[in-house]
Parts: sequence; C-alpha cells; structure tokens
Amino acid sequence: MANNLLILVRKDMLMEWRQKHTLYGVGLYVASTVFAIYMMSGQPEAKQWNALFWLTQLFVAVNAVAKSFLQEHPNRFRYYFTLVKPTTFLIAKMIYSSSLMLVMSLISLLLYSILLGWPLEQGGLFVLISLVGSVSLSAVFTFLSAIAARAQQNSALMAILGFPLVTPVLMILSNLSLKAISPVYQPGWWVLAIVLVALDLLVIILGIVLFPFLWQE
Amino acid sequence: MAGDSSRSNGLQGFIDTQMRLWWWKALCVACLAFATIGGMLLPVPRLNILNETIRNLYYHVPMWITMMMLYMAGFAYSIKYLRTGKLKDDIFAYQLTATGIAFSVFGMITGMEWAKYTWGEAWSNDPKQLGTALSMLIYFAYLVLRNGMKDEEKRAKISAVYNIFAFALLIPLIWILPRMVDSLHPGNGGNPAFKSYDRDFSMTIVLYPAFIGWILMGFWIASICIRTNMVRYKQENRYQYDIEKNNAHA
Repeated sequence: MANNLLILVRKDMLMEWRQKHTLYGVGLYVASTVFAIYMMSGQPEAKQWNALFWLTQLFVAVNAVAKSFLQEHPNRFRYYFTLVKPTTFLIAKMIYSSSLMLVMSLISLLLYSILLGWPLEQGGLFVLISLVGSVSLSAVFTFLSAIAARAQQNSALMAILGFPLVTPVLMILSNLSLKAISPVYQPGWWVLAIVLVALDLLVIILGIVLFPFLWQE
Repeated sequence: MAGDSSRSNGLQGFIDTQMRLWWWKALCVACLAFATIGGMLLPVPRLNILNETIRNLYYHVPMWITMMMLYMAGFAYSIKYLRTGKLKDDIFAYQLTATGIAFSVFGMITGMEWAKYTWGEAWSNDPKQLGTALSMLIYFAYLVLRNGMKDEEKRAKISAVYNIFAFALLIPLIWILPRMVDSLHPGNGGNPAFKSYDRDFSMTIVLYPAFIGWILMGFWIASICIRTNMVRYKQENRYQYDIEKNNAHA
C-alpha cells in the first residue's frame, strides 16, 4: 500500500511537472488575486491583513485543489479502480493536493509580504499556521472535489458544497494567527489549535470511510 | 449477515406499519392544539425585556428540536442506504432531510421575529444565528447537489455520502462556533434560558406537549412525502421493486 501510495503521488507530481501550464496557471491565479487585493486595499492594518490572507487562501484552495479529481478523465477512474484500493487513491490525492497547496500558500505569503506589508510579530508561527491551514483546507476540498467529479459537475459545485463547511475552519485559523500578529495573551489558544487538528483528523477519517462508496459505480 | 438483515427488516417493518397508523397522528393533533392554545393563553413568568415574547419559546425551540431529529433520522437512513443499496432507504433519507430543511427555515423565521422585538434587530451576528445560517447553507447545497443529478442510483449514493460527511462535520462546527463569538442568545453568557423556567410549572406544562407535537408533526409531514414518493417509485420501477422485495423475503 505504501508503495502504491508513493507511485500515485509521484505520478501526480510528474503530470504536474510535464503539464507546466496548469501549475503556472494556479501560480498566476494567486499572483493576480493578491495584486487585485493590493490595488483595492493598499497596505491594510494587521487584522484586515489577516482576514484578506485567509480569504485568498480559500479561493486559492478551491482553484488549486479542484484539479485533484476534476482534471482526471472519468473513464480513467475505472482504470485506477482495477489497480489500487480506494483508500490509497484518496490519501494519495490528499497528499498531492496538500503539497500543491503548501507551495501556493508560501507563494501567496511571499507576495503578501512584498505588496501588502508584513505586520507580523512572530513570522515563524504565522508560516506554521498557514501551512497547517493549507493542509486542512485541501483535505476538505479534496474530498468535495471527489464528490463533484463523481456528480460530473464543475468546481462551482465544489465551492457551493465547501464554503459553508470551511467557514468555521477559516475562523479558527484566523483566530489562531492573531497570536502571531500581536503578542496579546489569548486564553484558549491551545484548545483552539487542538480542535483544528481534531477537525482535520475527522475530515480525513470521514473521507477514508466514505470514499469507497463514491468510488463504486 | 442473514441475522443482520432480518433485524433491520424488523425495525423497518415496524416503521412501515406505524407510518400508516392513526394513533400518533391523533396524539400530534392533541398536543399541538393544547400547545398552541395554551401557549397563547396560559400564564407565563413576568421577566424584563422578554415580557410576552417568552411565548415564542413554545414555537421557536420545537422547530430546532424537530429539525435535529429529522436530520438525524435522515443521516441514519443515509448510512442505511450505503449499507443496503436499496433506493427505498434513499427516499427515506432525502424526504426526512428535506422536511428538516423546511423546519430550519421556520425556526430561522420565528427566531428572527423574536430577535427583532427582543434584541432590537432581526439579524445581529449572534453565533447561534451564524451556526444556523451555516447549517442552512450546507443543507441547501445538499439540495443543489442532489437535484443536479439524473441517474437515480448515482444520485442516491453521492447524496448519501455528502449527507453523512456534512452532518458529521456540522455537529462539531456548531459546537465550536459559539466559543468564538459572544452570544446574546438565551442559555449563553449568563442569559437565562430553559433551566431557570423549569421550575415554572405553567411553562413546562405547555413546552413538553409542544415538543412532542411538533416532532410528531415533522415526522408526519415526512411520512406523507415518503409514501407519495414510494408510490411513484413502485410505479416507475415495478420490476426492480419486485426483485428487492423478493430478496428481502428470501
């Protein structure tokens, strides 16, 4: 299983590398989103900066992670079906989309620091939170893109299904990252962090339990 | 495996029989008649700010409880559908959830009406309102997802998967959200709620019949929707239905 997992992740990475235009497309999407925000807001104060950053992450996640299932041809699923277990396939897709999202969140963080300023007190902590955040966003959206792909719909459906589900996750993330912005004492920060990790685990477990049913025809 | 399926048939058989009987419908009408008339006329405690709006408790809270019951039943049937693969279970899951969505709209309207008089405005970004708005969006998305598909088997399977995913995430999210925003809602942040009225016999005597009545009303509506859709399903899939029925008896 571990071997199959590695092969699947490697296959996705390789496809990404060979079709560079989609990768650059997502990168350009990030850049133009951040630029549009910069044109409208200039250099906002720390709290707005935080909110705008997480909104950007949400939109980038929808666009970057949608590719994980929606870019595959429906008939190719039948081929994968004969090769690997559904759980392996889902986990491979989750690993692939989280690593894509990690790269994209680092890029958007870099662009934010250039264009919108760097109002952070604890930069390292913020980077860590944004990395955890991109994993949680991509876990939810990977599963939803599987649903959208099976329903033969586009990524708009994924956004409709996903936005209400991830709103609380985004609120947790932005509250967590307030600590990195100003060194104010925040009671219950660790509880919130544990809740976020527990929520991620719940999403992954639900995905593993439910994906085999999506997979069957 | 055989024991398992016969046990679920037993419970399902019981539900199928009870759906057609009248006793719980009579109970529902009696409870609702008492709760509606008594809710308007019986004495209530005199409290500042709340005043007579406290009577909204009889109409607003039962909506949420009924909604949760219907969602839970829909969730259970979605799991059952994934286990059995019978379209009958999908009809149950969908109709129960759809009735739950209707009750969430009623609950939202009664809550906003009350908030307008008590909090001063219908919408005040209260975490309870936010959580409710989110859950409404989640279930409206369920409707969009479901009605976008034509193939029955596929629609049943995918909507069951989404229903389970959404319901299992919804519960912790609704529990987390109120911890992040301050609430005005009764029962939060020192505002009085149920517990303080429990000692008041005149409210208890109306509240519990209201709960029972509205829950039964919710399931009554759902059972009518289920039965009409079952008739349609049987007519359209005569052959497949016979096979499923024979398999169940075998």
